[in-house]
Amino acid sequence: MTTAFDADQVAKIALEVVAEHDPKQVPLPEFLGACYDAGLSWVHFPEGLGGLGTSRGLQAVADGILQGAGSPVPLGLNPMGYGMAAPTVCEHAHNDELKKFFLRPLATTEDIWCQLFSEPGAGSDLAGLATSAVRDGDDWVINGQKVWTSLAHKARWGLLLARTDIDAPKHKGLTYFILDMHSPGVECRPLRQMTGQAEFNEVYITDARIPDAHRLGGVGDGWRVAMTTLMNERSALGASGSQRGAGTISEAVQLWASRRDLQTPVLRDRLTQLWLRAEAQRLTSERSRASATAGGPGPEGSIGKMVGAELNQRIYEFCMDLLGPEGILYHSYAMHGTSSDGDWRGPIQQRYLRSRANTIEGGTSEVMRNILGERVLGLPGDLRADAGMPWKDVPRG
Amino acid sequence: MAEFSFTTEQQQLRAAVRKFCAESFDEPTVRRLMESDVTYDPAVWRRLGTELGVLGMSVPEADGGVGGTLVDQAVAVEEFGAALSCGPLFGTVYLAIPALVACGSGAARDELLAALVDGERTAAFAVNDSAGAFDPNVTVTAVASGDGVVLTGTAARVVDATAADVVLVAARGSEGVSLYAVDTGDVQRTPLVTMDLTRPQADVIFSDSPARLLAGPATAERVITHALEVGAALLAVEQIGAAQHMLDLSVDYAKSRLQFGRQIGSFQAVKHRLADMLVDLEHARSTAYHAVWALTDGSDDRALAVSIAQATCSAAFSRIAADTIQVHGGIGFTWEHQAHLYFKRAATDAALLGTAEQHRARVADLVLDSAIVEDPPRVAVGIA
Repeated sequence: MTTAFDADQVAKIALEVVAEHDPKQVPLPEFLGACYDAGLSWVHFPEGLGGLGTSRGLQAVADGILQGAGSPVPLGLNPMGYGMAAPTVCEHAHNDELKKFFLRPLATTEDIWCQLFSEPGAGSDLAGLATSAVRDGDDWVINGQKVWTSLAHKARWGLLLARTDIDAPKHKGLTYFILDMHSPGVECRPLRQMTGQAEFNEVYITDARIPDAHRLGGVGDGWRVAMTTLMNERSALGASGSQRGAGTISEAVQLWASRRDLQTPVLRDRLTQLWLRAEAQRLTSERSRASATAGGPGPEGSIGKMVGAELNQRIYEFCMDLLGPEGILYHSYAMHGTSSDGDWRGPIQQRYLRSRANTIEGGTSEVMRNILGERVLGLPGDLRADAGMPWKDVPRG
Repeated sequence: MAEFSFTTEQQQLRAAVRKFCAESFDEPTVRRLMESDVTYDPAVWRRLGTELGVLGMSVPEADGGVGGTLVDQAVAVEEFGAALSCGPLFGTVYLAIPALVACGSGAARDELLAALVDGERTAAFAVNDSAGAFDPNVTVTAVASGDGVVLTGTAARVVDATAADVVLVAARGSEGVSLYAVDTGDVQRTPLVTMDLTRPQADVIFSDSPARLLAGPATAERVITHALEVGAALLAVEQIGAAQHMLDLSVDYAKSRLQFGRQIGSFQAVKHRLADMLVDLEHARSTAYHAVWALTDGSDDRALAVSIAQATCSAAFSRIAADTIQVHGGIGFTWEHQAHLYFKRAATDAALLGTAEQHRARVADLVLDSAIVEDPPRVAVGIA
């Protein structure tokens, strides 16, 4: 075994990969497979599993060279795969053979992954979910309904959280599985949202079977495994800072500047307040990165999701109020999925409608304020009516 | 010196100033001093100058300072703000010392700067500002008299003038606006009752008052602008120090106060208010530090960085101080509770060197009016 790879060695490996497999020439799966084999997919993973067993911070060194040579950002092609499934599989799958079986096709993007957590009856209270998994010989039999599943219709594998013990308190009766989305009894239906698009799916699972080998972690240990997934969802700290005025605020400033005929002093001050909020958050993200480098993120790291979501809404509300009667038109409610033309969020009116989801998805703003209050400020938790109660006795509706 | 990264020495400085403030500016001391004729303890002020050396941290060593940076000064000021430290910080540390640093060397300037840095003397800055920027409408006039110059006129509402030894004052002469130093023995002062008793003010009346020139018409505007920018950045840092203290107090209270058989901090109505206070504080902290770094290393437009900080920090401290009273309920409205001391400081700081609204207007001038149309978003027009 080698000792830990340093930045120079990682750079050397990345340069070799792009020299032998030019991402502009060879098919994408071949290139990404070469990255995986060289240990550049997740450099902090063990050697042989798409990594080099070195520091996570060196990923930026590899990505800079690979993307500089024309590689796409793989996280954008297989977001649940690269961002959530890979670390969960790497940490919790039962043996290396299984890890390799899942990880290499994930890395090449031949296998797209999705996440089967939320349910119609379990949103903020995810641990209350009801999808059941019942042991039958070497298999588990799954029944239930999942919702808000992006890419389910394209996915080969799904990260599934299901209930294996209805007599235990809610967190203790969960088990984590990998579901073959092609197996009998798995049905995906597009879920139309208020924009008219269908970015997400509902997944109906009826007597679908999962081999016990595709269980991650122990029976009843699903919540702990899910934390690996969720921590990775929320901890993606950008490698580089954003520019002043970039992001959603730039859309409002550009709209403002392009429509002098609609400018008023009242709107000008409102836009300035939004610009200042965006700038304060940008500086706070910069500060968060500085303190993460200096050791451990501070409280400033936890607020970005909540502020960004609420700011997005206020910025698009501003755009609508600037446009006035022009804003209440739309392009089309014809049912369509997301396109890949780089403008997937569509015209400003669609973005305005889409932004309503920002304060719900990935943790509602109410949950985010609880997290800031309890984990950052150390305030006492709320009263929980279901504490310690067997899941089957918890009122639902 | 990477932005937002404090050195080990700066962390030690923070701990030392915090310890000093805990001993010298505990709440009973602050209350005693704020109701005294002289609202600070000159002996303690001298210790800040000589023992801790924290009154002129960014003053070059050649001028009697410690040759540090504005970041060092900001570290100390944040702690002063948290403790509501009594003394002419605004007049002397935030404004007069930076003005003197920006002045060319000379006998009057060198002697005064050394005395201010040591805490031997204190100064007030009797220069009107227009929303935190240089104001050419000067109310004091300068005329030649014998070998020197005498000033006549009134400077209204001068912070820290009540007990100051010297005032720095802008006065208009035949050549334009200059900056002078005048001993307070040569002026008449009318102390004013201020809302924030820890930050006193006086009207200063000059009548043929002998003055020493610090910066002539060619440089006075530059010197005054420098002082106002540094002063606004340090004021922003003072605001976040005080706001952090208010949030800490509110969180402690929300954990210990029981109603309906529960800690009030377990109620989401209270918890979410505290979470919003935290967000405002962290945003304010980022903008205040950024302004200090921008003035230190020139990494950003000075006026824009300062206005971003003042717009954000004034609003944040005012809101956090108000919410602190709300979280505390009735006790927070009493004279005996310290919340009102900080609430009054918040109102005062928000009004000094430009209000949040005035700085917001400047940000709009600098950012929105100069925006170039490059990539306006698509607007649906009702046709698929």
